[in-house]
Amino acid sequence: MDIKDIIKPENIVYKKTKLFTEKPLSYCPGCGHGTAHRMLLEVLEEMNIYSDTVGIAPVGCSVLAYEFLDIDMQQAAHGRAPALATAVKRLMPDKFVFTYQGDGDLAAIGTAETIHACNRGENFTMIFINNGIYGMTGGQMAPTTLPGMRASTCPFGRNTEIMGNPLKITELLAQLPGVYYATRQAVHTPNAVRKTKKALRNAFEYQKLKKGISFVEIVSNCNSGWKMTPNQSNKWMEDNMFPFYPLGDIKVPQLEKV
Amino acid sequence: MGELKLMKGNEAVAEAAIRAGADGYFGYPITPQSEIMEYLMTEKPYETTGMVVLQAESEVAAINMVYGGASCGRMVMTSSSSPGISLKMEGISYLAGAELPAVIVNVVRGGPGLGTIQPSQSDYFQATKGGGHGDYRMYVLAPSSVQEMCDFVKIGFDMAFKYRNPVMILSDGAIGQMMEKVVLFDPIPRRTPEEIEKQCPWATVGKKANRERNIITSLLLDSHEQEQHVFKLRDKYKRMQQEDVKFEKIQCDDAEYLFVAYGSSARICQKAVDMARAQGIKVGLFRPITLFPFPSEELKKLSSQIKGILSVEMSLGQMIEDIKLAVECKVPVNHFGRTGGVIHSPGEVFEALKSTYLGG
Repeated sequence: MDIKDIIKPENIVYKKTKLFTEKPLSYCPGCGHGTAHRMLLEVLEEMNIYSDTVGIAPVGCSVLAYEFLDIDMQQAAHGRAPALATAVKRLMPDKFVFTYQGDGDLAAIGTAETIHACNRGENFTMIFINNGIYGMTGGQMAPTTLPGMRASTCPFGRNTEIMGNPLKITELLAQLPGVYYATRQAVHTPNAVRKTKKALRNAFEYQKLKKGISFVEIVSNCNSGWKMTPNQSNKWMEDNMFPFYPLGDIKVPQLEKV
Repeated sequence: MGELKLMKGNEAVAEAAIRAGADGYFGYPITPQSEIMEYLMTEKPYETTGMVVLQAESEVAAINMVYGGASCGRMVMTSSSSPGISLKMEGISYLAGAELPAVIVNVVRGGPGLGTIQPSQSDYFQATKGGGHGDYRMYVLAPSSVQEMCDFVKIGFDMAFKYRNPVMILSDGAIGQMMEKVVLFDPIPRRTPEEIEKQCPWATVGKKANRERNIITSLLLDSHEQEQHVFKLRDKYKRMQQEDVKFEKIQCDDAEYLFVAYGSSARICQKAVDMARAQGIKVGLFRPITLFPFPSEELKKLSSQIKGILSVEMSLGQMIEDIKLAVECKVPVNHFGRTGGVIHSPGEVFEALKSTYLGG
C-alpha cells in the first residue's frame, strides 16, 4: 500500500485526540506519562464528558499536565490533590473530577489526603502513576521503590531494614469501603495500553454511579531516573515491578442487575 | 433591622457564613473555635441553602479543600486557631499565588507551639506579614465584638472576591467565646452556577466550547514571569491600601495621647480611655480594623497632635512595628501588653499609660 493510501481519511485508524493541546509533551522520551495522558483524554473524548470535567494535577512530573490537557485544570500543592477534588466534587456533584498523581505525591506526602478521601468514599477518579521513584526531583527513593532498587537517596539499593518496605498503596486502599473500584495497569505495550484505556473508561463510568472512589494505578517506567534506555526500562519493569505490583483488577464492583 | 440574637462570637461567624450565601465550609476542630463547625453541623445548612459542610482529616486538608472549592469560583471558608493556622499557611500561600478568594477565620490562642487555649494576639505577624512562603499579603480584618464577627464574614467574602485574594478574620479566643447581642443581616441567596460562571469567568467548572481552558496554578517556572506575577499582586495590595482601609477613632479629636489597639485589646482600651478621661487626661483610642492594609495614613495624620502612643497588644509587641512605620518615629511609641494567653485589665493599661508618659 502506498503512503498516500494509508493517510487517506477513511484509512486512519488512530489520530491525535482533539483534547491534546499543541504543546509538545515535556516528559522524557519513552516515559509512560504521555501514553497515560492520551488514554485519559481518549476516554474523556469518547464519553463526551470533557466539557464537564475538572482535572487536578499536583507536584511532580505531572505538574505541567495542564499545559497538554485541553480541559479545566487545577494545580495542587504536593500531595493535596484528593483534598481539592473532594471540595470540587462536593460543590459540583454532577461534574467529572479526577486527580492525576505520582507515587511520592499519592503514597508519601499525600498519604493522609489519599486515605481519607478514599475512606469517605468521595465520588471522583484517582489516577496513580507508580514508577517507584521521584522523577521530577532527580531520582530519589519513593515509598514504592523496590527492595534493593537504587535511587539517589538509596545509592546502594533500598535497604528495607533501614528504609522500610515498599508500600502497596492500591491494595491497602482497596480494603476501604469507600473505594468502589481499584485496578492496576501499565502502558508499556499495545495490549497493556488497551487494558489501561478500558480501566480508565470503567473508572469514569463508575464515577457516574456516585458510589465512591474509582482508582486506577498505572505502573510505569522512569527511564531517566532508572538510568536505562526506554526499552531496557520497560523490560526491567516487567521483570521486577510486575512481580511485586501484579497487574489486574484488585477490587471490582458487584453491579446490581437492572 | 435584621434578626436580633444572643450568640457566641464563633456561632456568629457560622450563622453569618450561612446568611452570606457561602457555598462551603471545610474545617478541623481546635479550641477555642470548634463551635463554628459544631454550629454549622447543627444548623444543617446543606438541607436549607445547600451549603456544603465537611470535617476534614486535618487543617492541611481543610485549607486545600478551600483551594479546590475557590478554584471553582465558589464562596468557601475555613476556620482554625493558631497552631492549626500554622498548618494552613502552606495552603494560604498557594491561594495567594493562584489568586483565589477565600475567608479564613483565626480565633487566636497563646503560643508559640501548642501554647495555651486562652486568647492572645500573638499571630499578628503571621497574619499581616505573609506567614506562608513568598511575597504575598492577606486582607486582614480584626473584629472587636460578636457583631463584627458576624458582619466581617460578609465583608470578608466581598473583599476576597473583589481582589481574588485570601482574607483573614483575625479574632481571638475571648471574642470567639463571649456572648453578646447580634443583629443578623438578612440572608443572601447562594449564587447559581450560571451566576458564578458569569462573575468568575476564571473558575474551573468544566471547559465550555466557547472559551479557552481555565487553569488554576501558582507555578511560574520562568523567574521573570514570576516577578511580573508578584508585581501584579503588589499592585493589588496597593489598591487595598487606597480603597479598603478600615479603622475606628474613639475620642481622638482632642487627644494628646493615643492607645492604638485592635480586637479584644481595643475593647479593654476603650474602658481605659474612660478611666483616663474621668481624671482629665486627654486620651483617645485608634483602632485599626484592617490590620493589612494598615491604616497608616490616618494614624500619621493624628500623630501631629499627639505626645505619645501606647500600642496595647496581647503579645510581646508586634503591631507596634507598623505603628512606628506609620508615624515615622516622629512621636514616641511604646508597647504595653500581656502575652501567653493573659488578658490585660483596663486598670493595667491606664497605669501603663501613666507610667510611660505622665510620670507615674
